[in-house]
Amino acid sequence: MSGHSTYTPKSGFARWLERRLPILGFLHESFVAYPVPKNLNYLWTFGAILSVMLIAQILTGVVLTMHYTPETTLAFDSIEHIMRDVNWGWALRYAHANGASMFFLAVYIHIFRGMYYGSYKEPREVLWILGVVIFMLMMATGFLGYVLPWGQMSFWAATVITNLFTAIPVVGNSITTWLLGGYSVDNATLNRFFALHYLLPFVILAVVGLHVWALHVTGQNNPTGVEVKEMKKETLPFTPYATLKDSVGVAVFLLLYAWLTFFVPNYTGHPDNYIEANPLVTPPHIVPEWYFLPFYAILRAIPSKLVGVIALFASILIVAALPWLDTSKVRSGVFRPLFKKFFWAFVAVSVGLGYLGAQPAEGVYLFAARVLTACYFLYFLVVLPLLGKYEKTLPEPKSIAAALQSGESAHA
Amino acid sequence: MRDARGISTMIVSMMRRSAIGFSLSVALGAALPALASDGGHSQPKPPLQQWSFAGMFGRYDAAQLKRGFKVYKEVCSSCHSLQHLAFRNLAEKGGPQFSEAEAKAIAESYKIKDGPNDQGEYFERPGRLSDRFPPPFPNEQAARAAFNGAYPPDMSVLAKARGFSRGFPLFLADALPGFSYQEHGVDYIVALLNGYTDAPHGVELPAGQYYNVYMPGHRIGMPPPLSDGVVTYDDGAAQTADQYSKDVSAFLMWAAEPHLDERKEIGLRVALFLIVLSVLAYFTKRKIWEQAH
Repeated sequence: MSGHSTYTPKSGFARWLERRLPILGFLHESFVAYPVPKNLNYLWTFGAILSVMLIAQILTGVVLTMHYTPETTLAFDSIEHIMRDVNWGWALRYAHANGASMFFLAVYIHIFRGMYYGSYKEPREVLWILGVVIFMLMMATGFLGYVLPWGQMSFWAATVITNLFTAIPVVGNSITTWLLGGYSVDNATLNRFFALHYLLPFVILAVVGLHVWALHVTGQNNPTGVEVKEMKKETLPFTPYATLKDSVGVAVFLLLYAWLTFFVPNYTGHPDNYIEANPLVTPPHIVPEWYFLPFYAILRAIPSKLVGVIALFASILIVAALPWLDTSKVRSGVFRPLFKKFFWAFVAVSVGLGYLGAQPAEGVYLFAARVLTACYFLYFLVVLPLLGKYEKTLPEPKSIAAALQSGESAHA
Repeated sequence: MRDARGISTMIVSMMRRSAIGFSLSVALGAALPALASDGGHSQPKPPLQQWSFAGMFGRYDAAQLKRGFKVYKEVCSSCHSLQHLAFRNLAEKGGPQFSEAEAKAIAESYKIKDGPNDQGEYFERPGRLSDRFPPPFPNEQAARAAFNGAYPPDMSVLAKARGFSRGFPLFLADALPGFSYQEHGVDYIVALLNGYTDAPHGVELPAGQYYNVYMPGHRIGMPPPLSDGVVTYDDGAAQTADQYSKDVSAFLMWAAEPHLDERKEIGLRVALFLIVLSVLAYFTKRKIWEQAH
């Protein structure tokens, strides 16, 4: 999208650089002049919040690496060394561990926002798919990072998750051995998990670059779901408008993050992870971090291991197919009364699956997990395709400007 | 301004719409634990204790940590190691705050294995402030051999390695400012130390095993470690098993989380800073956005 103003270098050095590498102009166009719809609400600040979280995770992670030892007999002790003896070590480690939780909290809100306002629809399919790729990379990174403290949950989560690959017919066992670097989770596994945990965030950073690039080509969606028609009337330059609004969102989010880090730092963790990994003792309940629980519930809801693994991956991949599963011509959920009901039911199903993922897979819990797993997939495979065809939608505003005007007169 | 109103109406309408979904998941969450059968292996939830270090403004009580250390040293340390703790920690801020001379004297009362020396031999020497607490047994196998195969766990992070869930919906409140509850581990340890009873009728215990209502599975290899009067306090605190159990649990919490005081103190400053920043950012944003209309 073309911006509000074009960049004119002011200083002599900027002019000199601009003729050789127009990076200042590029940054100006992307983060200063870039036009944002006037009517974005605070849910649109989560892009900035996620960027801040990614950078926070990389910075704390790099420093933690300087004090951590990826070796099975030393890893657990090196974490305690960080917590006790390293200057600010406790703050870094708690910030990093809780940062992962906050990162996932933000990404879930970001994804649900996109689902509610139909942000995945034409022409933003590639933008959406890149987002799903980022989400999957985040899951891989989060899982790998959880293994590094080498506590009981670390070890057994690694065992359970890598064991999933044995479900692949014929080559499953060979693949698992190859992934682990041996026949069980051991030092070779810890070493490669550490290497990959350090690598993947930079892959995420690169895909985030593509995500932002795709965003800046199509422009942002907005609560009305109606595309920008008059650039001058309906958009504002990114700086100072979006920058300041994002700052408010980031500051409030950081407050929540600080609360978790400084006052309830072990709330999202599991006590068993303060027991050093022991291959001979299986914990009574192996539970992943909270942000994996809905998917874990889906995995365990299905009796066949192979089908369970397929369902697990399908439950994530199906999100990437949203642009084609949702057949509605109307983009924003605001104008889709029936969709709204199903959407909130879907949110409830996801939260319910999260709750069930933390419970033992037996009795009523298992039965409920099966029902909700079915609901989860029905939403994508039946509800969304059919809703688009049969739902009576409300009239969309003609333009963002018209929506703004009627909104203003309604509030006057 | 319009924007702030817009967001609040949006949240309200979202809440209204989500009411159905929400009540569904709440009902589900509340009903399931009630319906689920536990195989009769469950333990009662440990009673909640009053801790000086609980909550936003909580800090360790140095006198209590000193007493707790005495209980650890005179009772627990004969079986349980404390390998991540150094003697110097005893004199650090936010801990029992022994004077450096006192901590040094404590260190010197321990024998530390060191070496090899110039002759290539290992030797024992009195501890220094920089040493960590030496384990009571040379290795895990030696401990197991002495305790019928049971292994007394290291106590460095024990208070964080134990816990229980308060169940739905209390576990959600555990995270909230003003309601936050993070003392599951210490409460469990207090309960366990006081949880010894005679085995109920029909429960056979193998030799060297004891019945404890708070232990998962109820069978524990540790004999009841505390009884009234076994440790002498010189600060006038009650010399009862109940008081010992609280003091030693507080000490173990500090051992597991030695920077808690510092963490909460800095946390308050960080939170205050972010509140001011949020408010300033909000009003700056509003001022700037006024030009947009």
